[in-house]
Amino acid sequence: MARELWKGNEALAEAAIRAGVEAFFGYPITPQTELLEYMARRMPELGRAFLQAESEIAAINMVYGAACAGARAMTSSSSPGISLMQEGLSYIAGSETPCVVVDIMRGGPGLGNIQPGQADYFQLTRSAGHGDFHPLVLAPATVQEAVDLTYISFDLAFQYRTIVIIAGDGALGQMMEPVEMPPMREISQERPDWALTGVDDRPPRTITSLYLDADELERTNLRLQEKLQRVAANEQRWESYMTDDAEFLVVAFGTVARIARSAVRTARAAGIRVGLFRPISLWPYPAAALDQIVSRVQGVLVAEMNAGQMLEDVRMIVRGRVPIRFLGRMGGVIPMPDEIAAEISHIARVNHRSNGSNGKSPLSERSTVL
Amino acid sequence: MTMLLEAEAPTTTAPDWELVYQRPQTLVDAPTHYCPGCSHGAIHRMVAETIDELGIRGCTICVAPVGCAVFAYKYFALDSCEAAHGRAPAMATGLKRVLPDRIIFTYQGDGDLASIGGNEILHAALRGEQISVIFVNNAVYGMTGGQMAPTTLTGMRTTSSPYGRDPLTQGRPIHITEMLATIPGVAYAVRRSMHSVAEMRKVKKALRLAFQAQMRGLGLSIVEILGACPTNWHLTPTESLDFIRDRMLPEYPLGDFKVDERLRD
Amino acid sequence: METSIIISGFGGQGALFAGQLLAYAAMDSGKEVTWIPSYGPEMRGGTAHCTVVIGDEQIGAPLVRNPDCVIAMNLPSVDKYESLIKAGGRLVYDSTLIKRALRRDDIAATSVPAHDIALRCGSQQLVNIAMLGALIALCPLVELSAIEQALRTHLPQRHAELLRPNILALHAGAAYAEERKVASSQG
Ligand SMILES: Cc1ncc(C[n+]2csc(CCOP(=O)(O)OP(=O)(O)O)c2C)c(N)n1
Repeated sequence: MARELWKGNEALAEAAIRAGVEAFFGYPITPQTELLEYMARRMPELGRAFLQAESEIAAINMVYGAACAGARAMTSSSSPGISLMQEGLSYIAGSETPCVVVDIMRGGPGLGNIQPGQADYFQLTRSAGHGDFHPLVLAPATVQEAVDLTYISFDLAFQYRTIVIIAGDGALGQMMEPVEMPPMREISQERPDWALTGVDDRPPRTITSLYLDADELERTNLRLQEKLQRVAANEQRWESYMTDDAEFLVVAFGTVARIARSAVRTARAAGIRVGLFRPISLWPYPAAALDQIVSRVQGVLVAEMNAGQMLEDVRMIVRGRVPIRFLGRMGGVIPMPDEIAAEISHIARVNHRSNGSNGKSPLSERSTVL
Repeated sequence: MTMLLEAEAPTTTAPDWELVYQRPQTLVDAPTHYCPGCSHGAIHRMVAETIDELGIRGCTICVAPVGCAVFAYKYFALDSCEAAHGRAPAMATGLKRVLPDRIIFTYQGDGDLASIGGNEILHAALRGEQISVIFVNNAVYGMTGGQMAPTTLTGMRTTSSPYGRDPLTQGRPIHITEMLATIPGVAYAVRRSMHSVAEMRKVKKALRLAFQAQMRGLGLSIVEILGACPTNWHLTPTESLDFIRDRMLPEYPLGDFKVDERLRD
Repeated sequence: METSIIISGFGGQGALFAGQLLAYAAMDSGKEVTWIPSYGPEMRGGTAHCTVVIGDEQIGAPLVRNPDCVIAMNLPSVDKYESLIKAGGRLVYDSTLIKRALRRDDIAATSVPAHDIALRCGSQQLVNIAMLGALIALCPLVELSAIEQALRTHLPQRHAELLRPNILALHAGAAYAEERKVASSQG
């Protein structure tokens, strides 16, 4: 397959099409709109459903409906639109209907701006709606990875009857990179055994999130939790880069991770043994893998385009064993490689100093770090 | 040409002139961010003039939308706030309920009002909220780059209706103002246009009545204004005015759909 | 090794398109590449720019603070980027629109009368391509022929009649820069 240059948003749309998406519902919002516009052109060409909804509230509920019919349905938006979808996402989670949602995150809170951000981390991994649930959240760092993850997202959604969220940011959505597109899949006419298709001569099916009886709702929740545990056990994804001999570790996801990769190379060139850990699944967080690497390093730098959201996951995993330093840019400001490299040198320097002087533990630097 | 210039050579005596045109007090002295030929700037000016003429600048609060007019609050020398997309009528309701003696107006685009905020405007009208709604209909989503709006003309191509708006799957243009006119809580519902100076004068008059309806506590008032979006229509500013006249007017006839009797005097 | 290039000019001067051509050429030459535009309201009328990063392995940051090369097509672009270019980096600017003296002496700066070249090739719309030609002559990121190929494949259909003038402008920009290079190595 030849490589072609694709814009992130359009590549995501084409990957979903090749994965067999049957219905797309969306509402314009920058920096995601090219995804919607691409679908507006391509879906009708293929005889599939495209509809511009009147709002994101409507869009997610249209997805909910199509998913109830067992169709591969998706929507895409950016941060303010995702906030509006929370209600629908909660109903979808409660009724265990599968769907794919793309969030091309931008600066917040509020209307914020249209520059790249990562401040939806809590919202996507922890609070995508009321009630106890987590969507499966995948965070690509390159356009190719966005394509590859989108291509498997419907399989994952249907396998677990869960919401899969592709969490990118404005930079990923707007940038172009060479991509190898996967082959076009046939749309399966087969519907899952829970899908609403009309009774014919089988017993009626119901899809609901309403259980008035407390015991019954608790049982439902227990079943949901059991499923989430399976997802947590099976679907952790990550990449580690130059971590084998690393003394220090940078933890970053998405666009920031690729920027950190440049910084790691710079720091390596300056003689600092540093590596990069990049969670690809944000929920479930690849805790065991990070835990292992952390046990070998002397300091950790977390870099994000937010005020320290993934940082909380990293803290829980590090459990105070080594100092953690945090670099967070907000409001759509993207950290530059030299900024991250400077932070890496800082950790290395502080560590060196405290090891050299009266055997003071590096942890005593905690007052200046997070 | 040269002749004319010579004839108009500057005189040294002080001109005997009278100031007949100046920036309204309600308008901030700042260049706007609007594209050339966009109607928002001129509409802002007329709203500002109206507020000046009614002498209500001190007690008027503006609720800005999400759309090209998102920075309306930077241009009006008024107390203003910024609503979430489509929610301006709800926010205005909140304001009015705690500040019943203030004048509250929303300034909304057609995507904002007729699509994502359809429910908010409907229910504000149902409740007969004492607010004024300035509704600029340019048949597209301007700010996000020209996608289809519920007001987009049948067959019209936009970036999200690349094959032209198909009534079978995307419906026909929505006539919000006529719909709202059927609701008892609405005191004033009219449509005007920006395509000529004569029509612009009528916009101005309608704005005045809309605010007066609120001042007299008659109910919700809405002025729909057909405006130009040369950038997303891919037309020049003058072609855009023709587009309003030739393409939009047949779909969106100008007129008064509801005028409370008490406003007629 | 990664090389970063920023192309910057007024909206409508084709900075983004020139960057895409460079990206296509790099990809077709078997390299890794990223292209990222400035986006949003600043595109209307203001200065638009894109960043292209070319390398041999997966590109890290698609954005850089200190680019290796800058193509500046208007004065605001020189004002913005002159101080940011890496020491030893390169600035190519349009001498038709940019009259002020440069402040840096630790970068290689080349002025190109791109506006005149473009007009000679048939249209002032060709400034971006003449500038790109000049950059490639000075700094062999990809073969000139790869850019030419990218033009053939990616010039939008509605501009088909502009293909010849584009190719002309590409080579004319390159030839001008080549001449300057020879002249300065002899002088
Ligand atoms: C919840 C949410 N969804 C989407 C957006 C993106 N958005 C910003 S403005 C706009 C459309 C505005 O169009 P319109 O109301 O017609 O006003 P115009 O820009 O044409 O004046 C959209 C969809 C947003 N800000 N918030």
